[in-house]
Amino acid sequence: MFNRMPSGIRAAALAAAVLFGAAAHATDITGAGSTFVYPVLSKWSAAYAAQTGNHVNYQSIGSGGGIAQIKAGTVDFGASDKPLSSQELAQAGLGQFPVVIGGIVPVVNVEGIRSGELKLDGATLAKIFLGEIKSWNDPAIAALNPGLKLPDAHITVVHRSDGSGTTFNFTDYLSKVSPAWKTKVGEGTAVQWPSGIGGKGNEGVAAYVKQIRGGIGYVEYAYALQNKMSYALLKNAAGSYVQPNLDSFAAAAATADWASAKDFDLVMTNAPGAQAFPIAATTWVILYKHPKNAERSKAAFDFFKWSLEQGQTQAKSLDYVPLPDSLVQRIEAYWKTQFAQ
Amino acid sequence: MTAATAILTSDRRRDGAAGDRAFRLLVGGCALLVALALLGTALIMAWGGREAFTAFGWKFLVSTDWDAVNHRFGALVPIIGTVTTAFIAMLLAVPVSFGIALFLTEVAPPWLRTPVASAVELLAGIPSIIYGMWGLFVFVPFMAAHVDPWIDAHLGGLPLIGRFFSGPPLGLGMLTAGVVLAIMVIPFVTSVMREVFLTVPTQLKESAYALGATTWEVAWQIALPYTRQAVIGGIFLGLGRALGETMAVTFVLGNAHELTASLLMPGNSIAATIANEFTEADSELYRSSLIALGFLLFVVTFIVLIAARLMLRRLERRRGLA
Repeated sequence: MFNRMPSGIRAAALAAAVLFGAAAHATDITGAGSTFVYPVLSKWSAAYAAQTGNHVNYQSIGSGGGIAQIKAGTVDFGASDKPLSSQELAQAGLGQFPVVIGGIVPVVNVEGIRSGELKLDGATLAKIFLGEIKSWNDPAIAALNPGLKLPDAHITVVHRSDGSGTTFNFTDYLSKVSPAWKTKVGEGTAVQWPSGIGGKGNEGVAAYVKQIRGGIGYVEYAYALQNKMSYALLKNAAGSYVQPNLDSFAAAAATADWASAKDFDLVMTNAPGAQAFPIAATTWVILYKHPKNAERSKAAFDFFKWSLEQGQTQAKSLDYVPLPDSLVQRIEAYWKTQFAQ
Repeated sequence: MTAATAILTSDRRRDGAAGDRAFRLLVGGCALLVALALLGTALIMAWGGREAFTAFGWKFLVSTDWDAVNHRFGALVPIIGTVTTAFIAMLLAVPVSFGIALFLTEVAPPWLRTPVASAVELLAGIPSIIYGMWGLFVFVPFMAAHVDPWIDAHLGGLPLIGRFFSGPPLGLGMLTAGVVLAIMVIPFVTSVMREVFLTVPTQLKESAYALGATTWEVAWQIALPYTRQAVIGGIFLGLGRALGETMAVTFVLGNAHELTASLLMPGNSIAATIANEFTEADSELYRSSLIALGFLLFVVTFIVLIAARLMLRRLERRRGLA
């Protein structure tokens, strides 16, 4: 998924979790799932342990694994980049809520074009990834970019080779804006890409796009920033081109239609706000509504309460977006009505 | 003399026989463990992949689909990628390894042999992720800038074989993966070749030299035939690594589930597909298909090794007739 950590370190962290897990304290909290939230969860858990003495052992094994483990009851919470449906949650007696927000940006390597200069809309982006637009000076791209000198260069599409929440959100966006994409490819953590090459992890995609002239890919926002990559602006649902940054991701989270999304089952791509960036993503934490081990679940609950109320500024330092206040209130209301606290 | 008689007293002999039996059981058990592990792994993977095999049947082997959204999976692209990259790797690695081993045993001055041999062995100790990163950041740009355009320009236009060598200069793809694999395989094959070339009796070599043979003739007609079995073992060791290598390949192969004839185009391999997709395989069928791929890697490796043995046996027979 969003691999922010080198796999060696992740393996070491996992090994450490296994080693020390055995000697765990009674109120130690265990969780598993999404790699996207791993950096911020580990930061939160360190701060939380310093304050309360309760430790959080989180294994970033991927969203699919996280869902499987919480369903099997081997962990206190799961984390997934893809929401579960209300029906699936109800069947398993689970509840879910978003904890942090990030963004996904299209990155390009086109000669003579600087970061933020290229403008794309959803339909054109989908055509590029479908392999229908093959050259950077294609009339469809030129029409969106009057005045920009586009080279006659071959477009090489770069996508993720590993199953990933980044891919899920990106393909979800393309499915929303392009009927052709929806029928031919669809959305998922891994899809059958019509064209292009696959890079492993954000770092793999970033490396390929940087190396291949005419390359276009999609990475998590923090990766584009850290690697100083050229990103393209995207036209949002309101029709304006917005810069990808923490404000426009927050705007997406604030304007997404959470009110009508039962159990927060909403992928907030293509959010309606005028300032909303079209590909914003979140990770859902999944907990049992009526847990078997009440003490440990209560501890997990307290941890997420703390992280929503006090941990959000730390998220910012890692280029995640804090949840907007309106959403935090909604989540707390959900807790009150849905969970046996 | 007294010691010998002591050993041969019947008492000791009975003890010795019992010890011998225990020893046999022990080493036999060790060997059995390998067989059991192999069989167990194969069975578990066949069992884990049964859902994919029942859902797709034999079409799993020939389908180029790999669509997690619509749950359609096929193994053809990764199988071809695995075999092609391993083939390129062996094509490059075997002659080079032979050259290095020959240099180290016959040609190099004695003071140079140990350092070079150690360097080769160190190469074997480098983790594959390092090869992958090096491939991605250093070798891929080099291939894209220099090798791929040259191949496309000079070989891409040829009739018949041209389509194997044409494509955009991406730098990654089957050829690049094959070359990186070759570099990873060379130390294994070289080490074995060097060790066994050292076992060739000096009399044999000296006699050949005395008859006026060149170094090449000694290597090709004395050392190689004398050590053929062991050399083949070394090559198989390398082949096994090339077929199963994961991390390095996934970085430079391009990971595209597309069937293409061109070696310059991205492909996929069995091991790379499994490593890439296992964590997020979110449906039973998806996971089962990946495990089925693992089973097929077993089968492919088995078939390749058998085919290689048969080929070598035929070669040997022809040699015997001549």
